Formats: sequence, structure tokens, C-alpha cells
Amino acid sequence: MAFTLGMAIAAMDKFNALIEENKEYLTDLDSAIGDADHGINMNRGMKRIVEKTHSKEYADFGGLFRDAAMTIMSVVGGSAGPLYGTFFMKLGQKLGCANEIQVENFADALREGLSGVMSLGKSAVGDKTMVDAIDPAIKALKENASEGDAAAWNAAVAAAEHGMKDTVPMIARRGRASYLGERSIGHQDPGATSSYYLFTCFRDASAEN
Amino acid sequence: MVGILVVSHSADAAKGIRDIAAGMSGAGDDVLIEGVGGNDEGGLGVSVGKILDALAGMLPKADGVLIVPDLGSSILSSRTALELLPPEDAARVIIADAPVLEGAMMAAVEASGGSDLATVAVVAREARDLQKGDH
Repeated sequence: MAFTLGMAIAAMDKFNALIEENKEYLTDLDSAIGDADHGINMNRGMKRIVEKTHSKEYADFGGLFRDAAMTIMSVVGGSAGPLYGTFFMKLGQKLGCANEIQVENFADALREGLSGVMSLGKSAVGDKTMVDAIDPAIKALKENASEGDAAAWNAAVAAAEHGMKDTVPMIARRGRASYLGERSIGHQDPGATSSYYLFTCFRDASAEN
Repeated sequence: MVGILVVSHSADAAKGIRDIAAGMSGAGDDVLIEGVGGNDEGGLGVSVGKILDALAGMLPKADGVLIVPDLGSSILSSRTALELLPPEDAARVIIADAPVLEGAMMAAVEASGGSDLATVAVVAREARDLQKGDH
């Protein structure tokens, strides 16, 4: 079993739908500690990504994720644009001209994407950002890859959810939320939340195909 | 000549800051200074594509470009734009660690005197120390 280009395209569709469904929730989370634009921005970004991916045929992961990256960087005004854009860009660069990949190796490519995000945002685990959902998810995906794709993706989603919830008691150290210092405690990070959604979409796309 | 690119969340602010910096520097048309801001739909935000377009226009005319961003995603978007540039172009761009208006103004003065990119960046950073109040 493997993760395929078709699953990746389906995951983008699912991510768009899930963001659309939860845009107000994301905006509520962001209005508590950010500038209340995460839901709207991600909604605009994913809509445009899906418009783009539906308008052409892809031969490989590299082309798909490069388009996703360039689109979200240009249409999302907030930090989510460059951050998710860098994530997709590095992911696509690592996967290159493959159109199917073992889940364990997909985890390595996701790790490249996350490294790009951490280097761009100068962020680490524990800073109350998207990193807190993605880092444990990748670890779980990699560690459970030998148990089969379904088990690996389920473990990744569970770890992402755990990581997302772990942001609640954290003090924000990056972004607009960091200006609040201790007042950021008690709120779930919107970026970690949308990143958790992304992993559920990878899992669901993998399960359906 | 070093160019200066103001990056703001607002297109109006970017233009206004650009105009103030150009005007107050006294350099007039002797300085290459531009401003970009706003998302692609005209709202508040920053577009990596707009930064890349501005750099593509400025780099052929300048020895280097100092980007002076306002905050948050202006900084992340500027860093991302540098990642997307060919390395030889990215090597001619620095992101200023400076307050946006004061930094742009002091950079404009320095650039109009013919200083190199590294020097203009250092002078922009010194704008952090401009005192306004007594407390």
C-alpha cells in the first residue's frame, strides 16, 4: 500500500471542504488570540487551490504541491499563506516526480515541509503553533508505517489531535498571539487546529482510495 | 544604488510610508523606493506574489534591495519571497530589522548617498533607537 497522487488531490478537496465547514470556528479561535482572520484566509486559500487543481491534470506530487504552495502564498494575506505555502512547497520538492510513495517515505517528505515551516517562522515545538500538531503527527505516521497505512494514518491523526489540544495551556511564542503573553494561555491555537484538519484529510483520502 | 521596498498589510499604508520616506529623506527622485501591500482582493494582508513582482521590477535597476516590512506576515512573506528567488538575486536582498516608517526613511537617506546594501541595512536598524518619548 502506498500514498498516491490521486489521494493527495482528494486530500486537498477534503481539506477545502473541512475548512469551509469550520471557517467560523477557526475564526473564533483566532479572534481569541490572533487577528481573527485564520478561518477566512484558509477558506480563501483552499478554495483557490482547489479551483487550480481541478483546472488541470497532474503527473506528479511535485507539480500538485507546487501549485498549492504558490496559490496559497499569493491569495492568503495572513501568515498562514507563507507558512502553509512553504509546507506544501518543501513537501512537493521532496516528493518530486513521484506519483506514488510508501507512507513511511511520505512521512519523511512531510518532515521536510515542517522543517521549512519551522525555519521560516523560527518556531519550535511548544511555541503554540501549527508545529505542535504536525510534529507529533509525522512522528506517529513514521513509527506506525509498518502496521499498515490505515493504522499509521489513524495514529497520525490521533497524535495531531493530541498535539492540537496540547496548545491550550501553552504560552504563545510566535505570531500575533505572542503579544498577549500569558493571556494566550487557555486558548487552542488556530494554526494547530487547521493542521490537525489537514491530517484528517490525508487519512480519509488514504482510506477511501 | 540600493532600492528600498516597503511591505505592509495595507496598500494605502505601503504607499503612504513610501511617500513619507521618499519625501523626508530629501532624496526625491534620486532614490528608488517602492511600496507594496494588501492581499490580492484589496483587503488587509500581504501577498508573496506582489513582493516578488516588485523585486523583479527593482532588482535589474538596483545594486540591491532592502525590504522594510511592517510586522507578522509581512516578514514571513518577505522571507518566503527570498526563498523563491534565484540565489543570485536573493543574495542582493536584505530584510531590515527595523521599524517600518523610520527604517524606510533612514534607509532612503543612506541609499541616496550611494551606500552599499549592508550599510543601508545597518542604518535602517539604527532607526530602532530613535527616541520619541521620555519614559
